[in-house]
Amino acid sequence: MKAKVYVTLKPSVLDPQGKAIKHSVELLGFHGVNDIRQGKYFEISLDSSVSETNAREEATRLAHDVLSNPIIEDFRVEIEK
Amino acid sequence: MKFGVVVFPGSNCDHDAYHVISKHVGQPVDFIWHRDIDLSTYDAVIIPGGFSYGDYLRAGALARFSPVMNSIREFAAQGNLVLGICNGFQILCEAGLLPGALIRNRDLHFICDYVNVRVENTDTPFTQELKPAACCACRSRMLKAIMSVTTRPSKTWCATSKSFFVTATAAEM
Repeated sequence: MKAKVYVTLKPSVLDPQGKAIKHSVELLGFHGVNDIRQGKYFEISLDSSVSETNAREEATRLAHDVLSNPIIEDFRVEIEK
Repeated sequence: MKFGVVVFPGSNCDHDAYHVISKHVGQPVDFIWHRDIDLSTYDAVIIPGGFSYGDYLRAGALARFSPVMNSIREFAAQGNLVLGICNGFQILCEAGLLPGALIRNRDLHFICDYVNVRVENTDTPFTQELKPAACCACRSRMLKAIMSVTTRPSKTWCATSKSFFVTATAAEM
């Protein structure tokens, strides 16, 4: 089983990296791009004996306590069997 | 007064801190490896700057799980002095010993400059001999400090002990 964790800056937090990427993307000739926000993605392999409910709980705790800083970041957890 | 300078893998201003305490402040000082947990012989602990754990995940985010950090939490709770500089300050924020979080500076440019900082709080062991600034215009009451703002989460200096929180507000950045 695999847990996927997406960590993104809260919408209210400025993302200068995303802005710099958007600028470069525009220089490359891509138009119609309104905004780019950069985030982090984690793949966590879990033992097959772990139930989906437990996997979600564990991954959520891990995302909250370690992978994200809840003051400035949000996270989303997906479980893949 | 016995000082300890914490060394994490990736700390690189630990020797600077050691040098200043031993040669300029003239006090006894030891390095504290991040796996050490006994702080009983120290009166003050300095968390120096650098790139603890390579700044992986977020600056300071992994250092807070080092064994020494639990001891530092207790050390500060007992009213002892803890000073975080640069990456050390980031570690204290990530560990929840200081409030807030650090984000990247707006323009992604490296800036290293002299800036004026205003003394916000003189009710701390670190600032009790300073005069509080009444307003931004009181230039004579401002401290000159070097503040580098980099593409890493922006840096400032800060210090804490039990219930003290020193803030130096950058003025005229």
